[in-house]
This record gives sequence, C-alpha cells and structure tokens, in this order.
Amino acid sequence: MTVGEIVKKHGNDRENLLSILHDIQAGSPDNSLHQDALEELAKLMKVTISDIVGTASFYTMFSLKPRGRHIIRLCESPPCYIAGEENILAALERKLGVTLGGTTADGMFTLEATSCLGACGVAPVMMVDEEVYGHLTESKAVEIVERIAVV
Amino acid sequence: MKVKPRAYVMVSVDADTVVIGAREVKNRLAAEIGQRGLSDEVRVIETGSFGPANAGVVVAVMPDEIVYGNLTIDSIARLVEEHFVKGRPVRDWILQGEHPLPDPETADPRQLQHFGRIVLDNCGRIDPDSIEESIANDGYFALGKALTEMTPAAVIEEIKESGLRGRGGAGFPTGLKWSFCASQKADIKYVVCNADEGEPGTFKDRLIMEGDPHKVIEGMALCGYSMGATQGYIYIRGEYRLSIERMRAAIDAARKHGLLGRNIMESGFDFDIEIKIGAGAYVCGEETALIESMEGKRGIPRVKPPFPAHKGFRGKPTNVNNVETLANVPFIIRNGSAAFRAIGAAGMPGTKVYTILGHINRSGLIEVPTSVTLRDVLNDYAGGMQSGTFKMAQLGGTAGELLGPEMLDVPLNADALAKTGHALGSGAILFMNVTIGVCDFLHACIKFFAHESCGNCNPCRNGMAALLELTERLKKGKGYPGDVELMEELVMEMKSIAFCPLGQSPAAPVLSALRYFRDEVRAGIDPSAIRPKPDHTLRTLLTLGKQG
Repeated sequence: MTVGEIVKKHGNDRENLLSILHDIQAGSPDNSLHQDALEELAKLMKVTISDIVGTASFYTMFSLKPRGRHIIRLCESPPCYIAGEENILAALERKLGVTLGGTTADGMFTLEATSCLGACGVAPVMMVDEEVYGHLTESKAVEIVERIAVV
Repeated sequence: MKVKPRAYVMVSVDADTVVIGAREVKNRLAAEIGQRGLSDEVRVIETGSFGPANAGVVVAVMPDEIVYGNLTIDSIARLVEEHFVKGRPVRDWILQGEHPLPDPETADPRQLQHFGRIVLDNCGRIDPDSIEESIANDGYFALGKALTEMTPAAVIEEIKESGLRGRGGAGFPTGLKWSFCASQKADIKYVVCNADEGEPGTFKDRLIMEGDPHKVIEGMALCGYSMGATQGYIYIRGEYRLSIERMRAAIDAARKHGLLGRNIMESGFDFDIEIKIGAGAYVCGEETALIESMEGKRGIPRVKPPFPAHKGFRGKPTNVNNVETLANVPFIIRNGSAAFRAIGAAGMPGTKVYTILGHINRSGLIEVPTSVTLRDVLNDYAGGMQSGTFKMAQLGGTAGELLGPEMLDVPLNADALAKTGHALGSGAILFMNVTIGVCDFLHACIKFFAHESCGNCNPCRNGMAALLELTERLKKGKGYPGDVELMEELVMEMKSIAFCPLGQSPAAPVLSALRYFRDEVRAGIDPSAIRPKPDHTLRTLLTLGKQG
C-alpha cells in the first residue's frame, strides 16, 4: 500500500497516526519509517514533519533508521534477567557480530533489546519479527537465528 | 442423535504456550480422537491459561479433573489410547500439585466462591472465542440485571459498597472514581480499559483477555451504563497479538448478539467498544499518557488537574480502569457487594490476580483472596523454592519493592502492606534465591526505567542516567565511597519531584533494597576508589539541580 492508501484506510484524523505508522513501517522493506514517506504523510495529515518524527521516535516499536530484514528483540526485563538474559545477549552478539542495536553487514538481522514481552512464564524470551521464542539457552538462541538465516 | 460428551479435553492456549506448540498439540489431539471414532464422546476445547506456566503445553481432562503437563505432539497417540480408549490416566504425565479446576458441566455461581476465583473463574474452562460458552457461564447476566433492574446510580452505589479498589497498582476506590465521571455533564463520555500492561513480570491482564474476553467487555459496558458513557476503548499493547485477536473477535460476537451497539437488550442504552493498539511505551500505562497516545500523540503524561474524569480523551469526561478491575465488576453486580466483601481482607476485599515467577517450582497465574500472605503464595501456590533458599521477592513488577525474608508473613493487600511501609503494585511476584545479587538486580531494574523514561521531565531523564551509572559501579564492586548515600538521596529527590509515577518508581526497589540488604549494597563500594573530578554522575545531578 502507498502512504496515500494507508491514510485513506484509517482516515487522516490525528488519532489514527499510530495505526498509520504501524502500517507504513510494516510495508517498508527495511522495517523502518523513511523520511520521504513521513514527509508525504505530514502533507496528507496537515501536520509538520517534526510533529510526526517526534511522535514516531517516542515509541519503541517504530524505527527511523533502516533495520535488518528480521528484528530480534531480546527481553532484558528483570524476570528474564534472573533467568540468564545476559548470557543469551552475549551469545547473540558473538553469533551476529554486532552489538545491541546493530544491524548485520548483510542486512539480515537487527539485534534489539525490549522491555517485558509478557511471556515471563517461559523466560528468557526473545521475539523474532512476530514470533516469540521462550526457554532460551545460548545454543537454542543461536540455532533459532541460524534457522531463520537459511530461509 | 447428538451424544452428550463424556469428557472435555481443555488445551490451554495462550501467548506462552503457543510458543511451545499448544495449537499443534490441540490439532493432533482432535485428529487422534477423530481417528478413534471418539469425536462425539470426547470434545477438544481451546481455552485460555488456567494457571500453571513453565509446565509446557497443559491439558486438562474434565470431569476427571486430571491435568497433564509438558505434552508434545508425540505424546498424543499414547495419551488418547490410554486415557480415552482404555480409560487409564497416564500417571507419569500428570502435573503434580494443586490445580483447582471447576467442573464445566455444573455451572453454579456458588462455585466461584468455592474455587475462590472471581476474575479467572472462566479462564481455562470456556472457549474464549465462543460467546455462547461465556453466556452459559453467567456472562452478560450482570449487564442484563443492571439494565433491567438497576439505575445507573445504583450500579455505582453497589461498586462503592463492595469496596473494590483499582487493580492496576494505585488501589484507588473504583466506585468513587466512577462517581467523578458520572457527575459530569457532557454530550459524550468515554470508558477506557487500560490494557497497556507493560510492568515487567506482569501478564495477568493478557491472560484475562486471552481467557475470558467477554468479562472485560461486560465490565466496560457496566461502567459505561453507570456513568452515561456510550463509547468504550480498550488500549492494548502492540506486542499482545493474541489478546488483540481474541478481544476483537469477542467484540464482534457481542455486537452480533446485541450486547454491544444500539439499544442493548432493548433498554435504550447504547454502548460500543473499539480497540486502540499501542506502539511500545511503558509510560503509556499512566492514564493521562495513555489518553495522549490514544489521540495519536507522544505518550507524555498530562498535568493533573484536570483529571480525566473532567477532561480526558478528546477533552471529554473519561474513566480509565485496569483490565482486572473491570473484570471484577460483573461478579459484584451479579452477586451483590456483600458476596464480594465476604472474600479477602476488609480494607481491600475480593481477590487479586498475580503472575508468580522466578526460582519457584510452579510459576504461573494465580488468583488469591487479598488476605493471603507472601509465605502462603510461596508454599501453597508456588510449591516452594525450586533451588536455593529464599532471599527476596519483588512485589508488583519492576516498579515494585523488594521484600526480605522478614516480610514473608505480611498479608498481600494495600492496607496491610502500607502499615509496613510497602505497596502492592501491579500484580506480579518475582521470587529470588540467594544466587541473585541485590546490586545486579537493581541494575537490571534501572536499565528498564532508563530505557522507558519518556524524557519529558528532568528529574527522570537525568536521574535515570545517574542511577544507571551508580548501579553499574556498585554491581562491579567499583562504587565510590558515598555512592550508597548518593543513590538514596537521588531516588528520594526523584520521588518527590518527578512529573509522573515512572520517575518516582526507582525509589521503590532502591529504598527497599537498602532497607533489607544495605550491607550487601555497601559491599559494592571499593573503599580505595577515589571519586574522579569532575564526577560524571555528580555532573548529571548538578544539571538536575539547576534545571529541575
């Protein structure tokens, strides 16, 4: 969908901005909100670009920087922390060759930390794109990444 | 001829168990039962969670009251062969411990009291996607009663009488809150259900929405009726996909059955609900930040007053309640405030839903009367510590306080805790054994706050940065002499001047950690370390003093 179509679907009322941004980002090839798309959106919604960027940058689920094809969100909230989150993070950083927040050179993965995903029953937990993976161990986390990289 | 099933197999499908293949287990079960020609006798039902977590895919067989845990698709053939064909439960796979499950065939309202569940009485017992099953279990009975027999004022009076207090963390009397909005004159009023459950370790609202979405809808409709609101919104975290799906399906079903929309039950009362989806911001759990976010803006808390009851969503009177609070409402209207008051502690009647986690034998979702103690929860519900001895528990998520062993016998309700200088919080209990260092744990808590600080006010923005440095130093055993006092002063300052509860939050874990584990925190100081000049932490603090 183009930006115009997305705005039409939700209506250009300010209240719908978050839903519109969710849709724009979902349609982007690198999981981010592009400057040109936001500029177009600002015109359609009759607000300033800074207003839109200000809102988008506030929320963790939106990114203004290009990201990898797959986004790994490792939960680092206390329940996952006491279940060994730090070791999983180290294993993922080693495997991907990036530090937290980084994107792999091949543009395949971005490694992010997230606040509680509400799946503490199976901590430690990470979310890759829409999927949640629980009961992680270092080797299991690495395996999951390897499996996704092949597809 | 349709045969009445002899057994119901309830597969607990929620966001946790979906991850480990609950849907596949359910499908395999149904297929296997079909192959054996037992489809008429044994019915497979997808339910929400009924409690146990960390037990893999959980399946309950009713009315046998047998609960199997850790099932995989490979175990299904044997399970069906043994249990349903030969009639012998597979002992090895039965989940040990107490899992009080009501019988799905005898829906008697008194059972609720028997099992002590008000909010979760249907979770794990009914198919959340079936409004018929909800209705068969008293769903929308309270709404019908209110619309036909009670005036809006009588509904508020009943809630006031019940002593229900907000279950989101602050514990404000619900009836009183409703009366503020009810007394406003406006062309439109709004009811908002706060399902932006972001407090780490808390996922009770998710399981309520996934297990019994109609109870939330009914609570919202009752709330709307009591104050003359015609439009409801439920603001759900963007990460809670299954909750969004199930709430959406439930709202559609309620509309089709005339339980939402215009002229509900021909009473002349109009009420509808829409879903708003969040985008990842912890601060949006604060009610005015949530309203800002609903309006498509940055989720920054508003200055209060005016309170939402006067000027809320779109500047109109708005009442915001937590999911669990609203889910308590149908029980109170259906059974009367006296029945509610009969449960739990006098100062905060009813039950409280918790997610219990950490180094315990049985983690998961529990609903307990507000009179139980931390020790009861640990021994009777959590099955004791899994490994190591009990060191501390954090009550109410990351913004909650740490309780040491001397607090094990305090009843878990707002009044009793306030007497000992503690607060109840959102409904999570994280049990920790001696392997967890207090400084390490504090650092993990502060990392969360620093990430979620919205940047609006100086005390929170700079204070979190300074706390992050302080806790990191202490965690590494490289604290400067005086760091403990500095940290103590800083969190107290933040508590008194930060704009919203987020900036005030670090005081809870930090001060309680110092109360019970001061010596251990002190051990993070390196006596020979010399504070560099200029000290980065102090500089951030100085900026705080000038601007904040």
